[in-house]
Amino acid sequence: MFRLSLLGARGHWGGRALLSALGIALGVALGSAVHLINRAAVNELAAGVRALAGDADLEVRGARAGFPEALYAELARLPGVAVASPVLELEAGLAAGRTIRILGLDPLRAGLVQPALFGDDPRRRLELLKPDTVYLSAAAADLARDGKLRVVAGLQTVELEVAGVLPASSLRGVAALADVATAQWRLGREGQLNRIDLRLAPGVDRELLRTAIGAKLPAGVHVVTVDAVEESGANLSRAYRVNLNVLALVALFTGGFLVFSAQALEVARRRGEHALLRVLGLQGAGLFRLLLAEAALIGAAASALGVVLGWAIAKAAVSLGGADLGSGLFRGVQPELALPIGTMAAYWAAGIAVAVAGAWLPALDAARVPPAQALKAGDAERLFERAATIAPGLALLAAGTALSQLPAVGGLPLPGYAAIACLLVGGVLLMPWLARSAFERLPLSRRPALALALAQLRGAPGQAMVSLAAIVASFALMCAMAIMVASFRESVDRWLSAVLPADLYLRTTHAGESAWIEPEFEDQVRKLPQFSSVEFLRSQRVLLDPARPAVALLARDGEADKGAMRVPLAGKGYQRRAGDPPPAWISEAVADLHRLGPGARIELPLAGRRQPFIVAGIWRDYARQHGAVVIERETYVALTGDRRANDAALWLARGATPDQASRALRALPGGSALEIAGPGEIRTVSLRLFDRTFAVTYALEAVAVLVGLFGLASSVGAIVLSRRREFGMLRHVGMTRGQVGGMLAAEGGLLAALGVGAGIALGAAISLVLVYVVNRQSFGWSMDLHPPWALLAGLSAALVGLAALVAWFSGREAMGVGPVRAVREDW
Amino acid sequence: MRRRAFLALPLALLPAQARANAVAYPAVTPDFRLDFPRDHGAHPHFRQEWWYVTGSLATSRGETLGFQVTFFRARPDFATANPGRMVPRQIILAHAALADGRHGRLRHEDRAGRASLGLAGADEGTTRVWVDGWRLELVRNAWRTRIAAREFALDLEIRMRRPPVANGRDGYSQKGPGAGEASYYYSVPHLLVSGSVERAGARQEVSGTAWLDHEWSSQYMPAAAEGWDWIGLNLDDGGALMAFRMRKGGGAAPGSDTLYAGGTLLSPQDVVRVLAPDQVAFEPLRRWRSPRTGTTYPVAMKVAILGREWLIEPMMDDQELDARASTGTIYWEGAVGAKLEGATVGRGYLELTGYWRPMRL
Repeated sequence: MFRLSLLGARGHWGGRALLSALGIALGVALGSAVHLINRAAVNELAAGVRALAGDADLEVRGARAGFPEALYAELARLPGVAVASPVLELEAGLAAGRTIRILGLDPLRAGLVQPALFGDDPRRRLELLKPDTVYLSAAAADLARDGKLRVVAGLQTVELEVAGVLPASSLRGVAALADVATAQWRLGREGQLNRIDLRLAPGVDRELLRTAIGAKLPAGVHVVTVDAVEESGANLSRAYRVNLNVLALVALFTGGFLVFSAQALEVARRRGEHALLRVLGLQGAGLFRLLLAEAALIGAAASALGVVLGWAIAKAAVSLGGADLGSGLFRGVQPELALPIGTMAAYWAAGIAVAVAGAWLPALDAARVPPAQALKAGDAERLFERAATIAPGLALLAAGTALSQLPAVGGLPLPGYAAIACLLVGGVLLMPWLARSAFERLPLSRRPALALALAQLRGAPGQAMVSLAAIVASFALMCAMAIMVASFRESVDRWLSAVLPADLYLRTTHAGESAWIEPEFEDQVRKLPQFSSVEFLRSQRVLLDPARPAVALLARDGEADKGAMRVPLAGKGYQRRAGDPPPAWISEAVADLHRLGPGARIELPLAGRRQPFIVAGIWRDYARQHGAVVIERETYVALTGDRRANDAALWLARGATPDQASRALRALPGGSALEIAGPGEIRTVSLRLFDRTFAVTYALEAVAVLVGLFGLASSVGAIVLSRRREFGMLRHVGMTRGQVGGMLAAEGGLLAALGVGAGIALGAAISLVLVYVVNRQSFGWSMDLHPPWALLAGLSAALVGLAALVAWFSGREAMGVGPVRAVREDW
Repeated sequence: MRRRAFLALPLALLPAQARANAVAYPAVTPDFRLDFPRDHGAHPHFRQEWWYVTGSLATSRGETLGFQVTFFRARPDFATANPGRMVPRQIILAHAALADGRHGRLRHEDRAGRASLGLAGADEGTTRVWVDGWRLELVRNAWRTRIAAREFALDLEIRMRRPPVANGRDGYSQKGPGAGEASYYYSVPHLLVSGSVERAGARQEVSGTAWLDHEWSSQYMPAAAEGWDWIGLNLDDGGALMAFRMRKGGGAAPGSDTLYAGGTLLSPQDVVRVLAPDQVAFEPLRRWRSPRTGTTYPVAMKVAILGREWLIEPMMDDQELDARASTGTIYWEGAVGAKLEGATVGRGYLELTGYWRPMRL
C-alpha cells in the first residue's frame, strides 16, 4: 500500500518536495554548522584553560592590575600547599601592531603545575630563566621572524629574545612565555603578580584550605577552583552562542513550514488518490501514518544531506576564519573540529521531526475526510476551516506577551525566545480569520480580473492560507531581525557620537595592557598650545566577582563642575548628598549583573582595599560587554597613587587643526607610539567592527528569508497549477489570457500584501522582544528602537511584486496547454 | 671533588660562550685554606656548589635503606639590570632518594626554585640551604635535614663525629689536567644518623651512618669530559675512601677512557693520603641496562688504589635517577657495599654520570 502511495506521489513530488527538502537540509546544515563551530571554539578555549591550569587545584586571581608578589611567598608557605606557581599574565602590545598574551611565570614552578609547558623539552625551563627571553606559542611564531619580539611598554618598545617556539599542544592562542621577573620588569609591573596557581598536598581538605587562603587575600583578589575558571570562560560567550543557535533554528523552523505548505497542497491535490486508497481498504489511521511516513522519508534524506552540509560548512569556516563567528570572543582560536556523533544524530532527528511535524496537520486532514466526499471534485478547501477560529492564535499571542516579561533563566533569555516562538505561531494561526475578515471587507472592483481575484480569495481561502502563512512567518522574522539590527546599529552610532565629544583622541590601549602614559608625558601634552582642554583616562580592570570576567575601571579626569561625568546616561542620575562616598557611574552590564541602581553603594577593590563608592548614574556602554565603571581620576589617584594614564580626549584650541595637533603630539618623546584619531575615524572603525560582528547574523538571516521566499514562490505556483481547469473554463466564458493573468497577479499581490502587512505587524512585535528582552538579557545592552523604514518598505514592495509575478508567470505556464485541453482534464 | 649530576643544570644554564652580559665567576685557585664554620655555608659568587649527603640506614625491623639528600646552588651566568626581587640570581635545586631493596627501584624526587622571597636560598656563614619545605641546616655539629616528598619523607639528624677531611691540597681539588679545572672540596665521613623515614604513610625510626660532601667551583668539568664515576665509602675500620675519575670517550682498553682521576684515603688513624691521578683506576665488572631508558651503567666496579683492588657491588641494580624533568639528565646514584679480598669492609655510594648522554660543559 505504501509503495502504491509512493508511486502516486512520485509524479507530483518533484519540484516542491525538493524545495521543502532543501529547506529542511538548509536548516539542519546551518544549525549543525553553527553548533559544531561554537562547540569547537568553546572546547578549544576550555582546553586552553585546562592546559594552562595543568594540575592546579586552585587558582588565586586578581584583576590584571594584580597584587604584590609577597602574597605568593605567603601562600607558598601555607601548610597543605604542595606547589605555588606565580604568574603575571598580560595582553601586551606589539610594536608592529596586534597584541600578544605574555605569560610571565617561574619555569621552575610552572613545570610542576603545567607539565605540558615543558614536558617535551625540560631544558626550555632553564633557557627561560635568562633575562629578556621568551618562547612563542605556535600561533605566535610568525610575530618575530627575526628572532626578536618587540613589545610595547609604556610608550617605549622593549626587545625580547625569542629562544624558540613551543609545540602547539603546550600553549594555545597567540601567546609568549617569559620569566616572571622579565615580565614584571619589562612590562612595568615591578613587584606585581596577577595569578597564583596552587597544587595542594594529597589528602588536604580543599574547601578548608580555600577558605583559609581566601581570608589572606586583599580585596579584589579571589581564590577559585580551576573548574570555575573553565566555566566562566565558557560563560563569556554563552549568550552569543545561544543566539546564533536560535537563528539557525529559525532556518529549520522555516524549513518545517515549507514542508507544511508543500504537504498541504499535496494532500489537497491527491485527495482523489487518497480516497481511492481508502476505498481499497486503507483505514484513516493508516493513511495518516502513510503520509507521515512519506514526510519522514523526505525529512530523513534531507536531514542527512543537511548534516553532511553542516559538517562541510563548519570545516570550511574554521579553516578559513577560525572559530570566532564574529563575536570576537574566540579571536585567534584555531580549533580542531571534532565530529560528535550524538549531536549530529540529534540534528538529523530534529530535521526528521520538523518534517513530520510539518506534515501532521495536512495528514490529519486527509485521514478525516470521508472517502466518498473526497472523491468529488472541488473539495480541497477543508484544511483551514477549523483553523478559522481565533482562540488558539489569541491565546498564543497572549502567552508570548506574558513570556516576554519574564527574567532570563540562567543568564539566557529563554523566556524571550519562547515568547518569539509563541508570537510567531500565534500570528500565523490568526491569519485565516484575518484573511477572511479582510477580503470580505474589501469592495469588489468593477474590473473583472480584480473582482474575480477577490472572489476567489473570499471563496476558497484554504489554499491561499498556505501561501499566506509562509509569507507571514518568513516576513515577520525578516522584519524583526532587520528592525533589531538597525536599531542596534543606529543606537551604537548615536552612542559613539555621545562618547566621542572631543576633537581628537589619543590611545595606548590599542597596545593591550602593556602601554601607558607617564605623568611627565601627560604634563607635556597639557602644555601644548594646540589644545584648549585635555582629559586623561586611566583604564584598569577589577574583579568584582571571581566567577565573572573582570570589569573595566575607567578613571577619568572630571569636568570643571564636579560630579558631572561625560557619559551617555541611561535613565536618571543620582543627586549626590553631603557625606556620600565618591561617585561611580556604572554601565548597564554592571547594573544588571549586580542589581545596582542610582544611589546604591558599590565597593571597588582598589590597591588591595575595598573602597566605597555611590552609583551616581547608569550609562550605556556598547564597547565593554563585561561591564565598566567610571570614576573620577582624582579619586583614583588619591586611593591608589597610580598616576599613569592610558587614553586622552583632546579639545583643540581656537585656530589649531587636527593635523597640526597630531604632529605636535607625535613630536613629543614617545609620542610616535601613540594611536591618534579623530572622532570620525573612530566611529567608522567601530561601525565596521559592528558590521563584522553581525556578518554571521546577516548571513543566517538572509538564508531564513531565502527559504521563506522559496516557500512563497512554490506555494503560489502550486496553487495556480492546480487550478488549470478553472482557467480553461474562464477562457471558455470569454476571458482573455491577459485577463486571467491579471486576475492571478492580483490574487498573488493581494495575498502578499495582506501577508506583508501582517508580517510587519508581527515582526515589529517580535523585534520589541528582541530589542528589549533578548538583547538586554543576552548582552546587557539596552538600545532604542530605530526601524529601518526604507528597507522595510522596499522589502514589502519586493515581496508583493514577487508574489504577483510568480502568480502571473505560473498562470501563463498553466494556460499554455490551451483552454480545450485544460477543461478536458476534468474527465 | 667530584660530581653531581646537577652539573647538567649549570651546563645548560650557563653556556660557556663569552657573552656581553655574562657575569664573572671567581676562579678556583690553589692558594686556599678551608675555614669553618664559614666554609660550611654558601659561596654565592661561584658558579655552582653542592652539599651532598649519602648514607645507609637501618630500621628497627632490621631493614637496610640507602638515602641521598643533595642541595645544589647555581649562579646563572647572566647579568641583568632588573632590580626585581624575583630575578633568578641564584637557583637552588634539591634531590632526595631512598634505596629500598624490597621496593626494587629508587624512590626519588626533586625540587627547584629561585632564591627569592625567602622561598629558597643558601645562606653564607654556615650551612643553611632550602627550597620550599626541604632544608639542610647545620646547628652546632649536626646537620638536620627534612624532606617531604610524595613517596617518602626523611627527617634526619646527621651528627659530625670527626672534623671535615679536606680533599686535594687543603681543599683545592684538581678535576682535570687543565689549569683552573678544579673545585674547593671537603668531605665529612662517618656521620652518625638518627631520625625517621616515612614510606607509604608509615613512619619508622632509623639510625645509620652517612657521608657529606661540600664542593664549590666555577669550572667543574674539564672540557673534554663526558661524565664521571665517583665513590665515597665509610670503612668499617674507621677509615674512609673517596675516589673519582673524569671520563672521556675512549677505546676498549681498560682505563683508556679515563681523563683524570683522584681521591682521598683516610686511614683509621686519621692519616690523610691524597691520591694522584695514576694511583686510582676504575674498571667496570658488571653492567646493568635500564629497562626504562636503555642506558647501560657499570653498576659493579673494581677500583684499584695503591695496589689494592676494591670490589664495589650495588645494594640493588636499579638505582637509576631520571632527573630530566628537573636537571635535564639521567644518571645512576646508588648505595653500594665494598669488599677487599672477599671480605666486606665498608659501605657507601657510587655515582655514574654521562652514561645516558655525555654531560656537556
